[in-house]
Amino acid sequence: MSSIGTGYDQSTTTFSPDGRVFQVEYAMKAVDNSSTAIGIRCKDGIAMAVDKPVISKMLVEGSNRRILNVDKHSGMCVSGLQADARQIVNHARDEAASYLDFNGGPIPGSVLCDRVAGLMHAYTLYWYVRPFGASVLIANYAEDSPELYAVEPSGLSYRYLATAIGKGKNAAKSALEKLDLSTLSCREAVMECAKILYMGHDPSKDKPIELELSWVCDETNRMHQLVPPQLKIEAEEAAKAARAAMDE
Amino acid sequence: MDFDRSRFVDRELLDPARVMEGAHGGYGRSHGGIHVENGTDNSLDFLKNPVDLGTSIMAVAFKGGVILGADSRTSTGVYIANRVSDKVTSVDEKIYVCRSGSAADTQAISDYVTYYLDMHRTQYGKPPKVQTAASYFRELCYHNKNNLTAGIIVAGWDAAKGGQVFSIPVGGALLERPYAIGGSGSTYIYGFCDAYFKPGMTREQCEEFVAKALSHAMARDGSSGGVIRMAIIDENGVERKFIPGNKLPYGPL
Repeated sequence: MSSIGTGYDQSTTTFSPDGRVFQVEYAMKAVDNSSTAIGIRCKDGIAMAVDKPVISKMLVEGSNRRILNVDKHSGMCVSGLQADARQIVNHARDEAASYLDFNGGPIPGSVLCDRVAGLMHAYTLYWYVRPFGASVLIANYAEDSPELYAVEPSGLSYRYLATAIGKGKNAAKSALEKLDLSTLSCREAVMECAKILYMGHDPSKDKPIELELSWVCDETNRMHQLVPPQLKIEAEEAAKAARAAMDE
Repeated sequence: MDFDRSRFVDRELLDPARVMEGAHGGYGRSHGGIHVENGTDNSLDFLKNPVDLGTSIMAVAFKGGVILGADSRTSTGVYIANRVSDKVTSVDEKIYVCRSGSAADTQAISDYVTYYLDMHRTQYGKPPKVQTAASYFRELCYHNKNNLTAGIIVAGWDAAKGGQVFSIPVGGALLERPYAIGGSGSTYIYGFCDAYFKPGMTREQCEEFVAKALSHAMARDGSSGGVIRMAIIDENGVERKFIPGNKLPYGPL
């Protein structure tokens, strides 16, 4: 990064001589410093999970949600600056609602992803705004098959079978590659998500974490929602057991 | 060439303003065709009326497709502006509409929807759903209800739900129906349709149902008539059909 310190990293409206926009790369760093989020697409739906550091013992459980509903059939899992992410989610909700109102049917995943990506890209183009310091996973299962997308601060978007963003994304991605996604059910995917997140968490070293798990699948009637408490407990127990087995 | 003023055709040529006057005094006189008092001639006033689709239209969904049908009369007041008009209009490859009300309004709305559906197709890369087309019509009809006279039946085929019929009456409601009738002529055939519509009819049965219902509507309704035009839409595409005015299946069943 020879251009750093030469002033080319101060604004999104100036390219560095080697054709980079440093502010966007810094925004991606904000995501890489944040908690890990995972999404898995199965035949019958999509599971998403994110870990949140428990910053205080006095914090009410379930606050500062990182998985949010966008529409009945679609949800978002965010990593990065939460305040930034909330703006993205709000925008996505507006897009989903207006699409439904105008077209008389639920927004397709590809369209929702395009609209969100368009917003995030717009925030890399003007001097008076900064890029969003957050990446989002979009889970959508409406009239088409289940779809999982990831959108980066640069405005790039990808459709994935499974992916991870945030601090532990590399370890999580290599764990995801070992899964057989053609046979995995959504219920199993929820368990895997929890397992992978706990794998990247060292209880002796790291701060305690709280999991958020969501799914949108045939079992939920294609509605995006947090997994039922019972399933969450099961998943966390299994994940902790797997983690303990790894340590031995 | 000899002209005979007792013949309608000749009156139309010689004196278009008085075509409706028979040899014994007809429409023009009884309606005060010529106002001597103020010296104005009102006999052509009906031409100032908006071009109206006083109409009989209907659409029926059957297994795997849908049939739309309409009469062909377009009137300007009492004057038939077009006796062979086509009120079954395409807005997309497999989505058609039956138009009733103001010809100008419904044409303009259909043009807008055609444009929106084209945009939809290019943006999302697949054919739009019938529900989507109906939703666009509703959007336009509802939000501009004070300036429009439009009763529209949207029908078509899409891969998601097959043949579908949506009715958008004046005011801009959106109703999905197994079949829909509309236009001034429809008031005469509610009983007919109640009695003879059966769910699960085949394509042939539906064709017959539409032809008979429209024939009866056209026979009773003064502002419906001419020929029957139909469009039959299914997975494979659209087939247009035509029943000439002297072959209408009107009469006892």
